[in-house]
Amino acid sequence: MSGAIVGVDVGGTFTDLFALDTKSGTFRVAKVPSQRGDEAAGFLAGLEAVGGVGTLAAVVHGTTVGTNALLERKGARIGLIATRGFRDVLEMRRRDRRRTWGLWGDFVPVVERDLRLEVAERTFADGTIEQGIDEAEIEAAGRALLAAGAEAVAVAFINAYANPANERAAVSVLRRFWPNEDVCCSSEILPEIREFERTSTTALNAYLQPVVGAYLGRLEDALAGSRFGGAFHIVQSNGGVMSTATARRLPVRTALSGPAAGVIAAAAIAEAAGFPDVITGDLGGTSFDVSLIAGGRPSFAAQVAVDFGLVIRTPMVEITTIGAGGGSICRVDAGGLLQVGPESAGSRPGPVCYGGGNDRPTLTDANLVLGRINRERPIGGGLARLDAEAAERAIAAHVGERLGLGPVEAAEAIVRVANARMAGAIRLLSIERGHDPARFALMPFGGGGALHAGALIKDLGLAAALVPRFPGVTSALGCVIADIRHDQVQTVNLTLEGIDAVSLGARLETMAGEARQVVEASGLALTGLDVRFEADMHYAGQTHSVAVPLPLAAADASEAAIRAAFETAYTAAFSRLLPGIPVRLATVRVIAVGRRPAVDLAALAPSEGSTLEAARRGQRRVWFEGSWHEAAVYDRLSLPVGARVEGPAILEQADATIVVDPGLAATVDRFGNLVMRSA
Amino acid sequence: MTVLDPVTLAVLKGRLEQIADEMDATLARSAFNPIIAEARDLSHGLYHAETGETLVQGTAGLPIFVGATAFAVKAVIEACAKEGGPREGETWIFNDPYDGGTHLNDFRLVRPVFRKGTLFCWIASVGHWLDIGGNVPGGYNPRATDSHQEGVRIPPVRLMRDGVVDGAITAILAANSRVAQSNWGDLNGQINALDLGEKRLAALLDEYGEQTIAAALDALTQRAASLMRAEIAALPDGVYEAEDFLDNDGIVDTPLPIRLRMTIAGETMALDFTGSADGCAGPLNISRATTIACCYVALKHLFPEVPSNGGCLHPITFTVPDGSILGASAPKPVGGYTETILRVIDTVFRCFAQGAPDRATAAPFGTINALSISGWRGAGHRWVMFCFFGGGLGGNPETDGLNHGNNPISTATIPPMEILEAAYPVAFRQWALRPDSGGPGLHRGGCGAIYEIGLREGITAEAFLLGERGRFPPFGTNGGGHAAPNRFSHGRADDRHEPPMTSKAFGIALGPGETVRLETPGGGGWGDPRARTPEAVARDVRCGYVSAEAARRDYAVALLPDGSVDAAATAALRGAGR
Repeated sequence: MSGAIVGVDVGGTFTDLFALDTKSGTFRVAKVPSQRGDEAAGFLAGLEAVGGVGTLAAVVHGTTVGTNALLERKGARIGLIATRGFRDVLEMRRRDRRRTWGLWGDFVPVVERDLRLEVAERTFADGTIEQGIDEAEIEAAGRALLAAGAEAVAVAFINAYANPANERAAVSVLRRFWPNEDVCCSSEILPEIREFERTSTTALNAYLQPVVGAYLGRLEDALAGSRFGGAFHIVQSNGGVMSTATARRLPVRTALSGPAAGVIAAAAIAEAAGFPDVITGDLGGTSFDVSLIAGGRPSFAAQVAVDFGLVIRTPMVEITTIGAGGGSICRVDAGGLLQVGPESAGSRPGPVCYGGGNDRPTLTDANLVLGRINRERPIGGGLARLDAEAAERAIAAHVGERLGLGPVEAAEAIVRVANARMAGAIRLLSIERGHDPARFALMPFGGGGALHAGALIKDLGLAAALVPRFPGVTSALGCVIADIRHDQVQTVNLTLEGIDAVSLGARLETMAGEARQVVEASGLALTGLDVRFEADMHYAGQTHSVAVPLPLAAADASEAAIRAAFETAYTAAFSRLLPGIPVRLATVRVIAVGRRPAVDLAALAPSEGSTLEAARRGQRRVWFEGSWHEAAVYDRLSLPVGARVEGPAILEQADATIVVDPGLAATVDRFGNLVMRSA
Repeated sequence: MTVLDPVTLAVLKGRLEQIADEMDATLARSAFNPIIAEARDLSHGLYHAETGETLVQGTAGLPIFVGATAFAVKAVIEACAKEGGPREGETWIFNDPYDGGTHLNDFRLVRPVFRKGTLFCWIASVGHWLDIGGNVPGGYNPRATDSHQEGVRIPPVRLMRDGVVDGAITAILAANSRVAQSNWGDLNGQINALDLGEKRLAALLDEYGEQTIAAALDALTQRAASLMRAEIAALPDGVYEAEDFLDNDGIVDTPLPIRLRMTIAGETMALDFTGSADGCAGPLNISRATTIACCYVALKHLFPEVPSNGGCLHPITFTVPDGSILGASAPKPVGGYTETILRVIDTVFRCFAQGAPDRATAAPFGTINALSISGWRGAGHRWVMFCFFGGGLGGNPETDGLNHGNNPISTATIPPMEILEAAYPVAFRQWALRPDSGGPGLHRGGCGAIYEIGLREGITAEAFLLGERGRFPPFGTNGGGHAAPNRFSHGRADDRHEPPMTSKAFGIALGPGETVRLETPGGGGWGDPRARTPEAVARDVRCGYVSAEAARRDYAVALLPDGSVDAAATAALRGAGR
């Protein structure tokens, strides 16, 4: 495919690719095994599978290399230079603990205490510098860290958000002799108040810099070796794309790269299909990831804890994860209540039916016993068949006998409890934030999401379920359609009453200019560049704030306009305004988005000529609501546009199974999506 | 009564908990004072229509309130009965510590929820207000000998009728606080939370019907009770005794014993506090309700799977002598209640360390260290910085204790130092882990912290502290050693002073160049320190958690000048100790 743009999503087991020829509007998908430790080989093999590297215009990559390095604690050995008296900020956290109840467990920070060095310097909250740095002391600290084997160094000084001068001076000293580019400071990474969150984000950035840098280097070398002449980009946790140069500087922004790309694709697919409001549900082996898209826009979170104490604060697509996946273990607790998860058999040893040695039943085992999964054609391609008898025995022993239910009834109970947990996660994101579920469609992706979609739309009163044509490559598709994006934040701590709006406007304009430059330097074709402003605002005395979109160009900033925007946002969040109490502007944010050319998703539609009858594969017994039903089975990808399938039915494709419950019907839309709703 | 299948029950349990969780989140996000907004000193839940017993509690709520709020709701039920019973549209408010547990700063809003004209249940919101009058800004008055010196006391009264706030009551509240605006903001946040909870509950009742929800709430109570019975039955029958001490009451410098006799018999448990100190002159008294609430907290930590529901107290009986430090009534001062409940929890842990050593952790740091620094900025503008501080958690059967954690009664996060420096004219000089503060053990106690705080130029202030564990450090278990005690000092670098009552200080004048310095205890150690590998001890020394001297003394590990283990000398030390 000459001139194509390729999205590449490297997961733990498979590397998924989606190649789009923007001129002809044609596409190809591919799935190749991932090669852990030698991702470049799998990456190139995948590119070959979609038509070769040499002529590609661009490659956009959603990666979990950063996420995995954090979860498995395989980042680099790094040093941290802190203000004298404050090297333990990183380890002391916010004085939290792992769980509300139970006092067990400890915490090991990513920088050991002897690699956290203190230097004399101090800035106050108003930006006053009490004591500047001593260059010789900074140099000695840096050299000591190098001698101790540090590959990267982070500088995080108290109140550096208010005045970055000391940090910048320290960094310039370090850059004189540090042997690589991996020197960062907190005011560059996150100039925002709250020392732990800023220090943690900065330290995790340094922790990832050598790992992500080396990974990108290997990929770039491999691409160059294959005569790749196009642009190579990375998806950020905010769902936007950045250059590899930016990714090397800010690797902490890749923590949710892959899942964020999936949400971006979901938004585009759903909007094209006429569903601007969707909830995505990605059911994997150990977890169910949910996100909400309203009016075509994903919702965002300001920070995330990747694990206890590993806090990253940067705007990211909000993805809520609960421990309920195909491998989640089912048990009856001492109080007689059926529990599904959070403990998981994962993909190894996996569910009982995999025959990998686990004998405790999982959600997948329940789906198998109910006939919803095809025992002869397991998805993913790793196994020849599934052991349904073993699954049934395990469910009988661990659940059925404890609850006085037969094995099939017990399997149904497991699916109901799992559905309830998934519904709970969706409810938290939607109904409990004031969104009416009847307006939303559910978009399941991953291999298992569409097994439960029908039950979830019934439980939650959702309008429909929208199953994309290729649920398994959603993230790769997202890479191709994601916009370029750069976020810039700055704590300002200003009082709204009597604010100098002209100088605030100038400040915003400077930030906007910088963010624009980052976007323009990306080298990808853009159809436009938008800049938005937001402020975190609160009543004086409150420490939490509401995110206020500032509906104005920087030049139009005025006290009255900002107040109006604040009161609108505050009223939406809480019932009562508090007149008479001064309003504060804590932090301002600039978001620059470079719009990519629109992709016509109709390219995904099935080709003409297929028929409903030709897609029919037969039928099998499937258990629904207390009894066996004969369900029609179809080859999903062979269904033509406009085909309508009434439940009970099972639609199968290589990487996913879709259950159409009794009382529901699924129709193929003009993009090849399945739209499932009440018959 | 409708009987629910276990699956529907599991679904409804999640839905009900979500309502309480969302009330927690609403107050945290809209509160004014950082003790609620950052430190989450709050709680919300659903309570039984007749008994007030806890039915459902939010997971983010302060653990101690989980047990205490049930008593608060009971107090409102009684007050309400005297005035003709609950009415739709009303909300009650009070902070009386004798009826509802805890202390005057904790304001409770309690609202009846009606369905078709019948009372269905109560919902409640608890939050810690920053200042409610009294001698000491922030309320933690270490010298109080009478509750009236601690702040304004509000009995259960109607705050809202027909959904409208009674301005007379808010006017009285405003006149009795140094920071009326902050309290006003927090009150509105609590009303926001109740409004939301009521709305969500109504939607759930519309969806499932009153009978089904009532059956679910009843089943959850029964289930909590049966889970707790099963946990107790798994413990070896027997009588276990423990004692621990409070340093003093801030008035009289005499140790105050807390004594617990725990009897396990089949699936019942008896907790008997006979022999504990008599009611004291200072503010370390607690009411019987608070005593029961903190036992609940201790048991929840030992049995984390038992749900937050009043049913888990059904298999337990309590003996709390009237008039003792654990059974106080008005007007005994209770402002330092946090210290006493932490010690009660420690005695429960200590009994478990005998009966179930595979379950119990060594003692956590065990003091709240309520520090208040206040002064005037310019003409007439008062500032009060009030904060609780962290310490180490105890070593446990699995791992070392957590460095710098929070007390078992709380999940509060500490406000960022940068937020404090932006809000108040203070300058922190140190915010660090404290070496040698964790008790030695196979699993070392977590480290406590050092916080040193000075003032910005041209500022003077007064400091007050209410803390504990200055004389009786957190204990180790299973052969582990005790942690370092709490230490508070003030003055200049070359001229430090410690208050006579160790961790209780009143009105210390702070001037230019002077600081207050708080060194908090670590957690106790778990298991024999000589069984800790010499390499783990060498790492502790390299990282500065343990000094080389302590390694030698407590762990019998000798190190070479480069910090690595001196194997021969260590073998000699360890051999000699056997």
